[in-house]
Amino acid sequence: MYKFKRHLGTFIKYASLLLGTFVAVIPIVAIFFASFKTGAEYTTTGPLVPPSDWTNFENYQRAFVEGNMLTGFKNTVIILVISVIGTTLIGSMVAFVLHRFEFKGSKLILGAFLLATLIPAVTTQVATFQIIHSLGLFNTIWAAVILYLGTDIIAVYVFLQFMDSISISLDESAMLDGASYFTIYRKIVLPLLKPAIVTVFIIKGVNVYNDFYTPFLYMPKTDLQVISTSLFKFQGPFGAQWEVITAGVMIAIVPTLITFIFLQKYIYNGLTSGSVK
Amino acid sequence: MFSLSKLSYETQKKVIIIAFLIVPMGLLGVFAFLPVINMIWYSFTNWNGYSAMEFVGLDNYKTIFTNPEYFRVFSVSLYYFFATFIQLAIALYFATILSFDVKFKNFFKGVIFFPYLLNGVAIGFMFLFFFRPDGTLDTLLSAIGLERFITQWLGNPAVINYSLAGVSVWRYMGFNFIIFLGAISSIPGEIYEAAQIDGANRWQQFIHIIFPSIKIIISLNLILAVSGALSAFEIPYIMTGGANGSATFVIQTVDTAFKYGKIGLGSAMAVVLLFIVVIVTGIQRKFFGEGD
Repeated sequence: MYKFKRHLGTFIKYASLLLGTFVAVIPIVAIFFASFKTGAEYTTTGPLVPPSDWTNFENYQRAFVEGNMLTGFKNTVIILVISVIGTTLIGSMVAFVLHRFEFKGSKLILGAFLLATLIPAVTTQVATFQIIHSLGLFNTIWAAVILYLGTDIIAVYVFLQFMDSISISLDESAMLDGASYFTIYRKIVLPLLKPAIVTVFIIKGVNVYNDFYTPFLYMPKTDLQVISTSLFKFQGPFGAQWEVITAGVMIAIVPTLITFIFLQKYIYNGLTSGSVK
Repeated sequence: MFSLSKLSYETQKKVIIIAFLIVPMGLLGVFAFLPVINMIWYSFTNWNGYSAMEFVGLDNYKTIFTNPEYFRVFSVSLYYFFATFIQLAIALYFATILSFDVKFKNFFKGVIFFPYLLNGVAIGFMFLFFFRPDGTLDTLLSAIGLERFITQWLGNPAVINYSLAGVSVWRYMGFNFIIFLGAISSIPGEIYEAAQIDGANRWQQFIHIIFPSIKIIISLNLILAVSGALSAFEIPYIMTGGANGSATFVIQTVDTAFKYGKIGLGSAMAVVLLFIVVIVTGIQRKFFGEGD
């Protein structure tokens, strides 16, 4: 009886895992299949029937060229690189000063950064829009960059937490050698923050790559499309041409998949440490 | 040439504090706090974005709470709110079984987590395709003999919010899962060993060891998910634009402000939402403390 129960338990365990896998994967598989079908084939075959020709990349070509996805990738990469580097610098500078020095107002400043995390950005867009507009940043790439730098300050926390593990005695012995505070930040603290920097790169990178409403609201110009907004525009011109839309979706997903496969471990660790605010 | 190291440490300290904080504080002030202050101010006016502002007192708030067109959308949040519980339960279930010995553990972990990393617009299209008439879902239902349940998943106002909330569960469950898995794996292994020696089965281990150890993380995720449900926007906006009764409060706010140019009213709606989210988060901080 005990043995039977154990077998049943094992069965349920694997059955539920397989079900979970199926649910997670099936919407993606259907998209993957459709992206290789010709227009005629798409209308005559069901969504779960594999395509007849796995080398039919015509839809990918159309999605990429007609959907302006190259522009999307270019802008996404530019915004991503600037934001990720900027966030790392800003976050580590703030964390360095707040962690290493006690000064009048330091608690207040920390509090201000804490308080800002409570404000969900999507609720304040109505007013943020006017500010971006009056600074002349509307429809420039800087609208997105500056919002990613100024409002998402998770990096400050990640770095502050990590600073605890960098011993102050390192700073002190450098000071005995006459190093300036800037040298200490640049040559000692910043290199030791590397694991935290990886975390910030990942959290920020995922956020920026997947963000939709910031570029949608602030950079509607066609030249400034990012991946999200160029894909969003597929609704109009490709209307019912699902074989092309699905190819566009695959193009947007593949970079994520590749990144995930290679950086799995870092992504798990990054999310777990970044979420404990 | 100017060199920092020639100054005394006292002066250096002042210089570096100012130099390192001025840009971040400036950005924080202008893009995080100023919008909130402006928004509160706009919410008492009838501003439309270009003509002169006129002070209208509490009129906008009155409109929100008395005009059913505006407050009805809160009921849409309830779908996402209840979906949150299902999402957390599934995440906790998978996190628990994957923290014990399982074959292909890393594969299952990766697959269950992966949807969370995907681009929101890609997910939107993926599920527009999934829910189409004769699409993936209908095909699956027919294959297992359940074709009588087939409906217009995104066209039927009675069903649409279940469909969209389901997409939201699909998208975000992996995040809770990975957080729970991390929390469970930080429980020392000896505790299970001791429990096993005492003859505790898996269920008892879950109730007496795992659940109490990660209770705080669960509550934290619950409250995060609740404010997430209140500010649901991307999935319904991308998939339906808020049609067929699927408009959430944020969609309504964005449309009021940007589509219909009622900045004053839109701001008042945003203030209401911000107020609710801050209260929910405040409760969380009060009950679960700082730091964990």
